[in-house]
Amino acid sequence: MTLPTATESKDVILEVCNLSKYYPVNQSFFSGKKALLHAVDNVSFQVNRGEVLGLVGESGCGKTTTGRLIVRLATPTSGRILIENTDVADIKGQGMMEFRQKVQMIFQDPYESLDPRMTIFDIVAEPLNVNGIGTFEEREAQVEEMLNLVGLAPPSAFLFRFPHELSGGQRQRVAIARALVVRPSFVVADEPTSMLDVSIRTGIMKLMAQLREDLGISYLYITHDLAVARYLCDRIAVMYLGQIVELGDSEDIVKKPVHPYTKALISAVPVPDPAIERPIPNIKGGVSKPIDPKPRCRFYDRCPESESSCAEAKNPELRDIGGGHLVACHLL
Amino acid sequence: MDTLLRLEDLTMHYKTKAGWVQAIDGVSFSLDKGQSLGLVGESGCGKTSIAMSIMRLLPYNAQLVKGRILFGGRNLYALSDEEVRQLRWKEVAMIFQAAMNSLNPVYSVGNQIIEAIVTHEPETGEDEARERVESLFELVGIPKERMDHYPHEYSGGMKQRAVIAMALACNPSLIIADEPTTALDVIVQDKILREIEDIRRKINMSMIYISHDVSVIAEVSDVVGVMYAGKLLELGPADDVFKRPKNPYTYSLMHAYPSILGEKHDLVTIPGEPPNLLDPPTGCRFHPRCDWATKECGETAPLWREITEGHYLACHNPIRTKQGKSCKQQKTAKGGDVIDTSDGN
Repeated sequence: MTLPTATESKDVILEVCNLSKYYPVNQSFFSGKKALLHAVDNVSFQVNRGEVLGLVGESGCGKTTTGRLIVRLATPTSGRILIENTDVADIKGQGMMEFRQKVQMIFQDPYESLDPRMTIFDIVAEPLNVNGIGTFEEREAQVEEMLNLVGLAPPSAFLFRFPHELSGGQRQRVAIARALVVRPSFVVADEPTSMLDVSIRTGIMKLMAQLREDLGISYLYITHDLAVARYLCDRIAVMYLGQIVELGDSEDIVKKPVHPYTKALISAVPVPDPAIERPIPNIKGGVSKPIDPKPRCRFYDRCPESESSCAEAKNPELRDIGGGHLVACHLL
Repeated sequence: MDTLLRLEDLTMHYKTKAGWVQAIDGVSFSLDKGQSLGLVGESGCGKTSIAMSIMRLLPYNAQLVKGRILFGGRNLYALSDEEVRQLRWKEVAMIFQAAMNSLNPVYSVGNQIIEAIVTHEPETGEDEARERVESLFELVGIPKERMDHYPHEYSGGMKQRAVIAMALACNPSLIIADEPTTALDVIVQDKILREIEDIRRKINMSMIYISHDVSVIAEVSDVVGVMYAGKLLELGPADDVFKRPKNPYTYSLMHAYPSILGEKHDLVTIPGEPPNLLDPPTGCRFHPRCDWATKECGETAPLWREITEGHYLACHNPIRTKQGKSCKQQKTAKGGDVIDTSDGN
């Protein structure tokens, strides 16, 4: 598969080529027959420097697995991940330390991701300690600066408190501070707002947008919420059963979706206006698991527009339909 | 229209080691037959406590401080336990939060619903109950062959449907749905919402729908109630509340979340955090976070009053929306002293 080249002139920070991750699953407990769950299957995309790419899809579509592969919390079955032109798979030893400074992750659940026995200072300073950055005083200053940046001010009021003393929103701010304190150039954010209440969520979303401006960070923003993705991301990639089915400019994806799955997904998002009657999402059946999937289009069984030729044809590849808008569908 | 349910000045506190948590404070509303009420608010604002009060399923440390709940004219808290048991499920049924976990894993789904029917209507035979479950399954869109399957063989959306079928099993006149779609993906959520709406209209059932999601509430409710820190701040016809929110909290809540429709707009942030209900703020409970707050707001709690027909409000300083003037503009222009004279304030 050739990579989309529309963005070649730009500074690419992350390049993912034909990335796949298969997990062995037991079909039946007794037979011992092995099957493969194609969690991520032949996924390719790029993120430019300073850009936010949203990875959107339903639960089980492989978006979190993709994020974990990029930060090397899981090893790919095949494919390559290049961050600033270094192959993530080749990093060893000392290189790993440098990699962890460059690439960080923000997790979904701020109640699980902070060690309850560490103070806020210890939590935020830990990446600095581990990487041996600065003297103790310098670290202190950096932690304070970071807490200020994420809106935990004055830092002195938070430094020696424990996670259980903070609210969900404040915890998520601590988790963000911890990820950003080593000044990464690339951050994978895995649904950082989905566990939070509405009034708190907006604050975190605005913070993410602000930090991107201030620190020039590029994000891969993983979410199931298209409205959030539209608000925060420059481009959106829609995933279905381990594959990207559509990728393009946020407004294009939301306003002019092309792939039948994206169309259904967008029409299913509830709207905060009782006067609007949403059309019924055009989709058949329910979501399945990509266990040893047939080589045809993954969406075939649920597709309202499928034609008989789709059943015979191979899995469609992403094609540019103009302006960097990529769609994987035979019917275009 | 006939009033089915009426809450009068309901005040309920929980006793904890740290003191009394003022979970529901002076909530009053009534619900007509066939009407659906959406209760929206953040976690911990008392939505689920209201549902539990109506079901009389409150934990041992809860105490009804004052007020009463009238269901079909009967005071629920004057009934004996046995009388309430009769009422529960036959008259008022509930779809619980995390419905995924409210099915028993060791019984087949069909049997669990049959059990619910037979328990509440002892005169119904097992065969008759089975037939009824078949038609319920048809109503909620599960193939009836799946009746004898176990919960683990169901997908998330199907379990949710099964739980809805169970709530409908005894033809209740009121259903309380507590965040029934929160854990589901949007496409499944959309299907469930449409099904609930269809069924409700078909059998003219009343519903209280609880959610933290303003958009979902907009889609399912005739009447919307906005809760904050144990208080009802605003309640009125959905169209009215969504078009002309009067309480600043309602306005902020509606504009705090991005939409996939229209132009990308700037989001409203609500500063601060929800209060601790052990020691809620004096006056209006929202005033420390409210941009519109005046001195009065911190001193006296606003009264719950009807401002236009069916539209109730508790606020000293309601938003006045004039045509061609957005709330934002008004906010920056007024500096906190515009009082809506049209409301006789």
